[in-house]
Amino acid sequence: MTDWPILSLVTFLPLVGVFFLLVIRGDDEAALRNVRHVALWTTVVTFAVSLVLWAKFDTTNPGFQFVEQAEWLGGAIKYRMGVDGISTPFIILTAFLMPFCILASWTSIKLRVREYMIAFLVLETLMIGVFSALDLVLFYLFFEGGLIPMFLIIGIWGGTRRIYASFKFFLYTLLGSLLMLVAILAMYGVAGTTDIQALLAYKFPAEMQTWLWLGFFASFAVKMPMWPVHTWLPDAHVEAPTAGSVILAGILLKMGGYGFLRFSLPMFPLASEYFAPFVWTLSVVAIVYTSLVALMQEDIKKLIAYSSIAHMGFVTMGLFAMNAQGVQGAVFQMVSHGLVSGALFLCVGVVYDRMHTREIAAFGGLVNKMPWYAAALMVFTMANVGLPGTSGFVGEFLTLVGAFRANTWVALFATTGVILSAAYALWLYRRVVFGTIRPGLEAIPDLSGKEIALLVPLAVLTVIYGLWPAPILDMSAASVDNLIQSAQAAVDSAGKAAMATTP
Amino acid sequence: MYHLIVFLPLLGAVIASVIALTGARRRHPGAVGPVDAFHDGHDHAHHAAHDAHGHDDHGGHDDHAHGPVEPAAYGSRAAEYVTTGLLIVSAVLSWIAFVDVTLNDADAHVRVMRWISAGGLQLDWAFRIDTLTAVMLVVVNSVSALVHVYSIGYMHEDPHRPRFFAYLSLFTFAMLMLVTSDNLVQLFFGWEGVGLASYLLIGFWYQKPSACAAAIKAFVVNRVGDFGFSLGMFATFVVFGSVSFETIFAAAPGVADKTIHFLGHDWHALTVISFLLFIGAMGKSAQIGLHTWLPDAMEGPTPVSALIHAATMVTAGVFLVARMSPIFEHAPDTLAFITVIGGTTAIFAATIGLVQTDIKRVIAYSTCSQLGYMFAALGVGAYGVGVFHLFTHAFFKALLFLGSGSVIHAMHHEQDMRKMGGLRRLIPVTYWMMVIGTLALTGFPLTAGYFSKDAVIEATYAAHTGVGAYAFAMTVLAALLTSFYSWRLIFLTFHGAPRASLETMSQVHESPRVMIAPLLILSVGALFAGLVFHSAFVGEGQGEFWREALFTGEGNEILHHMHEVPAFVVYAPFVVMVIGFALAWLFYIKRPDLPGRLASEMRPLYEFLLNKWYFDELYDRIFVRPAKWIGRFLWKTGDGKIIDGLGPDGVSARVLDVTGQVVKLQTGYLYHYAFAMLIGVAAMFTWFMVRGI
Repeated sequence: MTDWPILSLVTFLPLVGVFFLLVIRGDDEAALRNVRHVALWTTVVTFAVSLVLWAKFDTTNPGFQFVEQAEWLGGAIKYRMGVDGISTPFIILTAFLMPFCILASWTSIKLRVREYMIAFLVLETLMIGVFSALDLVLFYLFFEGGLIPMFLIIGIWGGTRRIYASFKFFLYTLLGSLLMLVAILAMYGVAGTTDIQALLAYKFPAEMQTWLWLGFFASFAVKMPMWPVHTWLPDAHVEAPTAGSVILAGILLKMGGYGFLRFSLPMFPLASEYFAPFVWTLSVVAIVYTSLVALMQEDIKKLIAYSSIAHMGFVTMGLFAMNAQGVQGAVFQMVSHGLVSGALFLCVGVVYDRMHTREIAAFGGLVNKMPWYAAALMVFTMANVGLPGTSGFVGEFLTLVGAFRANTWVALFATTGVILSAAYALWLYRRVVFGTIRPGLEAIPDLSGKEIALLVPLAVLTVIYGLWPAPILDMSAASVDNLIQSAQAAVDSAGKAAMATTP
Repeated sequence: MYHLIVFLPLLGAVIASVIALTGARRRHPGAVGPVDAFHDGHDHAHHAAHDAHGHDDHGGHDDHAHGPVEPAAYGSRAAEYVTTGLLIVSAVLSWIAFVDVTLNDADAHVRVMRWISAGGLQLDWAFRIDTLTAVMLVVVNSVSALVHVYSIGYMHEDPHRPRFFAYLSLFTFAMLMLVTSDNLVQLFFGWEGVGLASYLLIGFWYQKPSACAAAIKAFVVNRVGDFGFSLGMFATFVVFGSVSFETIFAAAPGVADKTIHFLGHDWHALTVISFLLFIGAMGKSAQIGLHTWLPDAMEGPTPVSALIHAATMVTAGVFLVARMSPIFEHAPDTLAFITVIGGTTAIFAATIGLVQTDIKRVIAYSTCSQLGYMFAALGVGAYGVGVFHLFTHAFFKALLFLGSGSVIHAMHHEQDMRKMGGLRRLIPVTYWMMVIGTLALTGFPLTAGYFSKDAVIEATYAAHTGVGAYAFAMTVLAALLTSFYSWRLIFLTFHGAPRASLETMSQVHESPRVMIAPLLILSVGALFAGLVFHSAFVGEGQGEFWREALFTGEGNEILHHMHEVPAFVVYAPFVVMVIGFALAWLFYIKRPDLPGRLASEMRPLYEFLLNKWYFDELYDRIFVRPAKWIGRFLWKTGDGKIIDGLGPDGVSARVLDVTGQVVKLQTGYLYHYAFAMLIGVAAMFTWFMVRGI
């Protein structure tokens, strides 16, 4: 344990960078360079601090660590921070991906660079805040606040249909978050506290759990996104700039999964048990449905967006399988997807920067001119397909094992996803990379040094976590066990109570 | 030592891929400065640069280049020597290990490191070495080393040799992980790893659309099998609480009567597990129904066909069933199913092989058919016989493939047998090698195939079951067809009058020594592997040889019965082989007009066989096209019209009606959103204040 507030530090460090960015004057080339470097170094230092957090993290402790508490709004609402084995991987993932985002935007963003970097740094604070908040109100502020910079990023630096995309985003999330707000108010009304640790210990009445669960579900299902509230995601991805897509797929989607883990499963175990078949059904539909849709996409980014939805289907399926393999697999799948989909969107950015189109038909035969690009994309495609030896396999395998233990039908249909993912991913690869070089692309240059620096670490991590997933699995193991046991105990005791009342 | 055997090929693959990537970087130096300005033509400098170097290592004669030749990649020689050298070391060590395990009973378990652990699921990277593994190590590494050597000659014109050798070594590594695995999931790692390598090698000539299509097909069809394999792994874990071989084999007799709740029914647990795993084996080993990828896989370079699609990868399914024999032995229904599938594939593939004109496709269908033999043997419980046929088949089929590669090399990449003929005198060594391979394949007395193939046929008869009798009939009939199409291949290619142009014929040349040497070594195996190893694999010494590697239940006396089959069973394979030879001689030497007449008289049958029983067309109709149609429907109608139409777009249309006049859209959403959030926070505070906290 440390005696200095490391969580607050890692959360608010990006805001220090924002302060420096505001101080920098002028719009000339020198000032822009300063802006970029300040943003980059801020994110790098934040990542370094998150590594310290990782080093000091005690994996054997199932409870919350690095807990901080301070008076804030008065009354019951306090500033409470803390992490456990479920949230720490996401904090590290967030801090890890941010420098990549800044670098990916280095030259491709030319307008309002300072504002762009500020939006990203603010977003980083809010995202890390979501994963480390231990107070419901604080969580809600971070959770909803994170959308504003994302709006700006899509709305200002996005593509041609950014207006439509951001409006769709708005409608979906507004509805979801309002319902969650109502649920939060109701929880406070009953439990009399917004302290997440206290709420985890509090036992909500069974009927109330159902309504609270639904309130939270509305928000998290949109965030995941789960079928059928997924249609905002492909549009948002297509319009977002490359770095925006990386964060959207890499971190923002994970907030939904994290929400299920932090609130729905432990706080409303009876409702989770009750609704599990419902979630499985939506997950399986998402896996099969979006994989089929991905097969027919004509836009590279949209295809990857649909494949993200399918992969998130594995996550929700694993979470609600409610066993060690399912839940740990879901956590791992989220981290792995953060790396792999982030890398895939970076790969799309590489060719978009060169050709200013994402149409699959505009490409072909890139391997002839871009062998390094072809090699990098092959690694991430295989990880996306879930090839053993890449991180994509571990999560998929564990969630499927968990699902099989819970319900074999679910596992059967979800496993068809492995066939479909191979079909759409390899077909995409073939159309973009294989074949003879498409006329007009003869002079397309291979990866630049900066692009290699972006993709190689991600490729290395993808393979390392595929062969050696222990760092992430061990980190989450104790907390997940704790979660499952307490949820199971709640379900069992409720079952006994029901048995006692009905003769 | 086992670390070395397994990881040396990986080391080779890594080195070769580093060489390939650095070479590629030299040729395509990558973007400098703004990437979207590449139209300006500042790249011409690069072309001049890479023409300058790159030639230095392009040794050997270059007299038959095809079209404009790209210079060989930088470091090609180094990549060849490193990967080949490491594999030869690995192969030598494998033979030492083989002797050690079979003579000194030195079974081993080597733990490498931890892999996945979640709850009760604990997985390690580890090697399990027993006789079965040792046999596979010898097969994989020997053939792979020979194929590496051969490829130095065969691929010497190709500008992408480092990449090719990297893939070959990567494949070998994955295959070694598969055969040394000590648990199902690691086996699956190797299983998918060889699938990846196969995909990369089939698509090696990525400029050919047919090669790309074949690569995808191979991967996706294998994934259909892996769908079953995955479910089998999950079921194994649920039933046994573990996927490690040691645990499940020990526990198998105890759960022989257990049931598993699967898809709404209670089933016999081991039958479900073994059946699901066998679906995986069907995909990998190209059994009927999931075979369609194998003939197309011939788009890859010929050494690849020899290594992956004849000797090693496609036999992984056979290995799986043999490895899991303690499970399969308790699942008689699955075994019966395997027997039927094996027998059917044997005859089905042989019929198609009769009419193919591409030299490699004939051998591909032959492989498919021979795999059917192996499964037929496994299905009747004669695991040793199945693995024995796997062992001998690796030698003579690799020989046939590499021999045909030598023919193709001589004919300047002509693969159509209708354009060959009369090559016997021009490439005599290749001719004799092909004849040896054919003798072994057709089961000429005392060659390798004679021992293993006849053992398969005897085993199916000795099973004394209905499915056994079916498999016996099919395999005997298939032996007739095998003999016919094999000799047809020889006669069409090497005998008769040349059908190629005079120019082509004048340039036909025997392959270089580096290609011939592997053929000679393999021919030794094709001739003597059966004679030498017969008694150990399936004869008197088999119990001592296999020990615990293969499991046979108490009631399984198939090997005993095999010695008591009636005489006609023993002689049947020989008789049909002679008939097949005679027919081929009649059709293609004596009366060359007969095949054409027969084909036109029995047009429908001929078309049916020529079109491979219309499997591809059928699958296209019932899987590929509907999947695309459904995908488009779900996208346009499901997402577009229904979800968006009723959801956001519909709502937004209403909202726009109201607010469209008031606020500018672009900023409006953000303000809306911030406003809504403020309202939310305000509502919360109000609530707190009312509650008076």
